[in-house]
Amino acid sequence: MPELRVLPLHPPVHPHPQGALLRARGLVIRRGGNTLLGGLSFELPASGITAMLGPNGAGKSLLLRALAGLLTPDEGEVALHPDIRGAVALVPQSPVLLRRSVRGNLLHALAIAGVPRRMRSGRLAELLVMADLTRCAERPARALSGGEQQRLAIVRALARQPRLLLLDEPTASLDPRSTAAIEALTRKVVAAGCKVVFVTHDWAQAERLADEVIFLHRGRIAEVTPARRFFRAPASEAARAYRNGGLLL
Amino acid sequence: MNARTLAPRLWLALLTALFPPLTALAGEGPFIILQSTTSTQNSGLYEAILPQFTATTGIEVRVVAVGTGQALRNARNCDGDVVIVHARAAEEAFVAAGYGLERHNLMYNDFVIVGPGDDPAGVAGAGSAAEALRAIARARAPFASRGDDSGTHKKEMALWAAAGLDPLAASGAWYRETGSGMGATLNAAVGMRAYALTDRATWISFANKDDFRILFEGDPALFNQYGIIMANPANCPDVKAEAARRFIGWMLSEAGQRAIAAYRMGGQQLFYPNAEEQGQDH
Amino acid sequence: MSEGFAQAFRMIAGLDRELFEIILLSIRVSFTAVLLALLVALPFAAVLAVGRFPGRRGLIVLVNAMMGLPPVVVGLALYLLFSRSGPLGVLELLYTPTAMIIAQMVLVIPIVTAISRQVIADMHAEYDEMLRTLGASRIQMLGTVLWEARSALMTVALAGLGRALSEVGAVMIVGGNINHVTRVMTTAVALETSRGNLGLALALGLILLVLSLLVNTAVALLRSEWREAAHA
Repeated sequence: MPELRVLPLHPPVHPHPQGALLRARGLVIRRGGNTLLGGLSFELPASGITAMLGPNGAGKSLLLRALAGLLTPDEGEVALHPDIRGAVALVPQSPVLLRRSVRGNLLHALAIAGVPRRMRSGRLAELLVMADLTRCAERPARALSGGEQQRLAIVRALARQPRLLLLDEPTASLDPRSTAAIEALTRKVVAAGCKVVFVTHDWAQAERLADEVIFLHRGRIAEVTPARRFFRAPASEAARAYRNGGLLL
Repeated sequence: MNARTLAPRLWLALLTALFPPLTALAGEGPFIILQSTTSTQNSGLYEAILPQFTATTGIEVRVVAVGTGQALRNARNCDGDVVIVHARAAEEAFVAAGYGLERHNLMYNDFVIVGPGDDPAGVAGAGSAAEALRAIARARAPFASRGDDSGTHKKEMALWAAAGLDPLAASGAWYRETGSGMGATLNAAVGMRAYALTDRATWISFANKDDFRILFEGDPALFNQYGIIMANPANCPDVKAEAARRFIGWMLSEAGQRAIAAYRMGGQQLFYPNAEEQGQDH
Repeated sequence: MSEGFAQAFRMIAGLDRELFEIILLSIRVSFTAVLLALLVALPFAAVLAVGRFPGRRGLIVLVNAMMGLPPVVVGLALYLLFSRSGPLGVLELLYTPTAMIIAQMVLVIPIVTAISRQVIADMHAEYDEMLRTLGASRIQMLGTVLWEARSALMTVALAGLGRALSEVGAVMIVGGNINHVTRVMTTAVALETSRGNLGLALALGLILLVLSLLVNTAVALLRSEWREAAHA
């Protein structure tokens, strides 16, 4: 994968707020008598990449959706820094693309984001370059490969210049080459000044990308640890057990 | 040519063809609504004579063809300016109740009993209409009735009563009420090989006769008088009284009566004008 | 019978003025009715599909049930409404094409609402979270969903058009089948049938069918183009 030029998101993204970008306090989510998230509290730093790890059913996707404001917690709250209100973007594991061309998808997102008409073509070009999709601009979005669709979904989420981008298993079921492209794109997003949180089951990938790890276990936070320390020796019993189990496979 | 180049052009052509302004829909100029019977419309009489009236007066006559009973009800609701129907008693009741102004004799023809060519009930030899109906009832031969409170239906019921029979007892058996217009009833009669009472004009102009023919005619009881009445402006203030008066005047005039007499189908005269015979009724 | 077909063929070949007047009126009345019905039904369907308010389920059941509304009953109800002695008599709409358009709208709105509600609900379920994360307002969301569903909604409109074009009971009552004014294909078929001109009646029916085929073909071409844009 050739290294691509990192373009700043234009106009400049929101200034880094003082302190945490986002604070979750006592998040509880219940469904049908089951407690899926059992009182989570944590802070997200204003920059860098946070990897969210944990076994299936730990509540990772649910937590992302709560952070994105797609569902309201039964208890507790997600407090965004005042500067970033309304600018959290989420890209699900299987992105939903409009039945339009790549260009059509991006222009639609730019329009919804309120980008003035005369500025849209410029922004469109930037996003296409960023995702390395310029050659595919006219192709129907749903005819793209899985990796291309994921990249399109990521830059489409950037249309409203989010301060925080949440990626739910962006490289699940992608081949190594596509995975590398997504990782490169993720780095560009961060370089452009956007905080990224991504869910993954791929520890190697988390180690490659993350500055910080949140380990989720049974709807609770087992630990929040800087990546370098986490991958050397997880602090929590759950993470250690999971890693060892994973290594045994 | 592929779909990509063809579709937009087709689509555009379709759109432009289909959505002219709504105002283009309604005809312009003065008009009156004539509530009339299916028999007069099916015979083609109006298409033959109304253009003559419109040509001399500029007044368009819009014909709504329903049964006599419904025509009178519609006019009572003020949805017609003039009615031409054929049920003397109902017409006089309509005028007496204040829904219509004066009633005039307009024209007449007669009713006939039609049936399958082999005449299974032996109606052809009957000496009177009542006898013909009795023959049908005796043979329990299928009979298709309008059953719709029309002028023809009222006449038919009167004939059954005169024959001392109550066909409704056999309703659903050999006596079949179609609840439809004259033409639809004739279609049903041909389909079921049933006898039917019809006005002569509708029968002559009816094109789906198969082997059916007129089996009984000529009884004075089968006389079919059409009357013309103007809706009463006292009941319906919106009645186009002036135009309606001119129309009735023309229909009763020498010119109108001649036009009615001149209308022929297959060489046969369908209606006989008799506007001059007014005195005997009032 | 064959005589009737021959007559119909002569009328078409000779560009019979009266025949074309009738065809054109059919097209105008039904297309206008469907267009106006869509303007009412689509927003209504969208609200039923996406909105959450008390009585919504009851409304959906009601709309679905209204699909079975007999045209004659609609015609009768509108006759009572538009009759000069009725509550809306002053509008003088009875026996006009406008009354026929309204009657067909009443018949088309339930079918279009019921089916497009389902279409929109499915499409909305697919797009809801995505559009919310992109920051779409409710209006933008509905606009996007309606546009993305346009191919399916076009089929819904065709179903509505089918109901409008083929309907005879209601337009007969409120239109009166007046020659040159409110006579459309279906009432002309009814009239020719009652005159015993079965061949001609059938031929008129075939013209109606050809008309329907043309419209459906045009829509099919349009849809194939859309599909190409969406899926290559």
